[in-house]
Amino acid sequence: MKQARPLTITGGKLVTPGGVEAGALRMADGLIEAVGADVSARDGDEVIDAKGKLIAPGIVDFGVFAVDKPAFHFGGITRAALMPDQSPPLDYPSRVNYIAKSGKPDLWVHPLAAATRGLEGAELAEIALMRDAGARGVATGRKWIADSGVMLRLCQYAAMLGLVVVAHAEDSGIAGEAAATAGEVATRLGLPSAPAEAETLALARDIAIAEMSGARVHFRQVTTAAGFDLVRSAKARGVSVTCGITPAHFMLSDLATADFRTFTRLSPPLRSEADRQAARAAIADGTVDVILSGHDPRGPEDKRLPFADAAPGMAGAETLLAMVLGLVRDEVIDLGRAFDLLAANPARLLGVEAGALEVGREADVALIDPDAPWFVDRTKMEATADNTPFDRQGAQGRVRALIKGGVLVEL
Amino acid sequence: MDNTPTSSAADRFPAGRLAFPHRDLTGIGQLERHEILYLLDQAAQWVELNRQRTKHTELLSGLTIINAFFENSTRTLLSFEIAGKRLGADVVNMHAAQSSVKKGETLIDTAITLNAMRADAIVIRHGSSGATQLIADKVDCPVLNAGDGQHEHPTQGLLDALALREALAQQGRGSRDALADFTGLTITICGDILHSRVARSNILCLQAMGASVRLCSPPALMPRGVEAMGAQPFHDFDAALDGSDVVMMLRLQSERMAGQFIPSAREYHHLYGLTRERLKRAAPDALVMHPGPMNRGVEIDSDVADMLDRSIITSQVEMGVAIRMACLDVLTRSARGVEGWS
Repeated sequence: MKQARPLTITGGKLVTPGGVEAGALRMADGLIEAVGADVSARDGDEVIDAKGKLIAPGIVDFGVFAVDKPAFHFGGITRAALMPDQSPPLDYPSRVNYIAKSGKPDLWVHPLAAATRGLEGAELAEIALMRDAGARGVATGRKWIADSGVMLRLCQYAAMLGLVVVAHAEDSGIAGEAAATAGEVATRLGLPSAPAEAETLALARDIAIAEMSGARVHFRQVTTAAGFDLVRSAKARGVSVTCGITPAHFMLSDLATADFRTFTRLSPPLRSEADRQAARAAIADGTVDVILSGHDPRGPEDKRLPFADAAPGMAGAETLLAMVLGLVRDEVIDLGRAFDLLAANPARLLGVEAGALEVGREADVALIDPDAPWFVDRTKMEATADNTPFDRQGAQGRVRALIKGGVLVEL
Repeated sequence: MDNTPTSSAADRFPAGRLAFPHRDLTGIGQLERHEILYLLDQAAQWVELNRQRTKHTELLSGLTIINAFFENSTRTLLSFEIAGKRLGADVVNMHAAQSSVKKGETLIDTAITLNAMRADAIVIRHGSSGATQLIADKVDCPVLNAGDGQHEHPTQGLLDALALREALAQQGRGSRDALADFTGLTITICGDILHSRVARSNILCLQAMGASVRLCSPPALMPRGVEAMGAQPFHDFDAALDGSDVVMMLRLQSERMAGQFIPSAREYHHLYGLTRERLKRAAPDALVMHPGPMNRGVEIDSDVADMLDRSIITSQVEMGVAIRMACLDVLTRSARGVEGWS
């Protein structure tokens, strides 16, 4: 749906790359036309009074496993980069093309092409054809590519094509069938576990490959203290690596798995409390570039199982914003950085003109009441499944209105 | 041999349900020290009964106990079956040997099915850690964990404690008092700690009873974080044995000896096999335990396993029936309307 007439949001607090300021935002022809303190509505504009609430960019959720529009809209997400781990996998241009159109007009889905055929980690998929069919990046999927030769050739190829490589950083030889991080909790529960160093090893190799190939490598999730150290030092050397994290890994530690609750079965698994603290520090100091929902709705057939038999994953789209606003309230980051992590950085990785309230960008905007209190209740979720690890926890921050391409989305 | 406790339970433990307030027995981890001692105390009378010619009571007459075993077992299943029958219950065994297919929803459905058949107690063995808890959350009757994955095997922990206490009393090193514990004792558990639910239940049970626990295995079979559980890890068996009062050997699954964790069975025996010679490094009267079934010549030599004065391996099996009788009795008291337990 094209924007029929200009829309102006007045009387809000604008979250812009330059900082947070009181002002208004005017959108026309699907783009941001004006933003700032001196902007006002013109005759004929549709006008929304923000009543002092935040006017922020729509969230760009980098690396989800399902297109789940109601949950995304509840969470203020206007764009989502979809992982190739679909059934069948996104390893074929026509599938990518289909997915790229699937959410429009009120949700844009950016497919991440499968790096290898069938996500098997062996043969390169038709990455250039998939790029031209709409893929915005190429991803290894839920798993690491164990063969270093394949990973190197993938990165060289993706570098040539200008596509970001989205990698899963978990050494598969060490991780095996692990369902938990090795440590006291996993030992007490008797869960198959792998040492947290499975992540360190994978990162070290893939950083070296990024350096060799010149590819932009984005680690979808980094979750350990040692892992953040590797990314931090690689960035300092000028290596083109970035990384993300989900709220689960900065809100919860492996203690949350102590009652075999399968909603806390994630990939990578929840880590130690020390790693959780390191994650918050890495978010604060700029090591982390992206906070993503990791949205992966799973029904009872995948989750009402013994812990190790359950599928990993959480329904995270609805709680992403509130958890990040929690970091702002805890003074880990400020509001501007929060939306860099949620929108501007992922948009830049995908190469889309969105993710920030700047003139000329796509008019994807969320109107947010940052303090509105609510309870996460798995029985009342918008997502297609209820597997949230934050059930019955208090949260603050709700989306009051959402605009995609200048058009108001029905919530 | 006198097996009567030297003091009556009544004046040593809290009254009625307060002595054991749990509906299910999912693990030693859920138990307080006095609850462990209470179950051991309750088992004493069944040790006595099991040595009579007529090994039968009608205590659980009319109750149905289902042994739902999702993993192959001979010994534990037999032990639970005998325990239930000697108490007069109707015992039904359900063998649902697991296929490699994930049978998750089937597991919940099975639990609901068993519940609908109005079992009065369900005994579960399952290959996945936490499976017993999952079933316990879905049924209305007491659930006993007969081994869930690599998590716990609580009746094994309890029977080992009972067998050990009995043997120490016989040696004159301990007593049969209801509150007698293992304070001052050093116990070494050697073998595949990583994959062993027996080890986990024993670490928790023996420590709750005051023993200090050493664990010995090659690094690949030692889980992380055992120090945080209060146990002391060793890789050198001789060092671990030094001064140990009890040596508990664990079974090493043959599939782990084929090169993945251990190069070969004979190499394992070379480093970790309990031989008569090695046993000399332990304390002079050190007792030898094994939860069975044994790999003779691998983790334990036959002449050690069969030492009459040191090995209590057959006593462990005997105590197993008594412990399981005690658990079935205690957990069904509420349903049976025993005074103070409803």
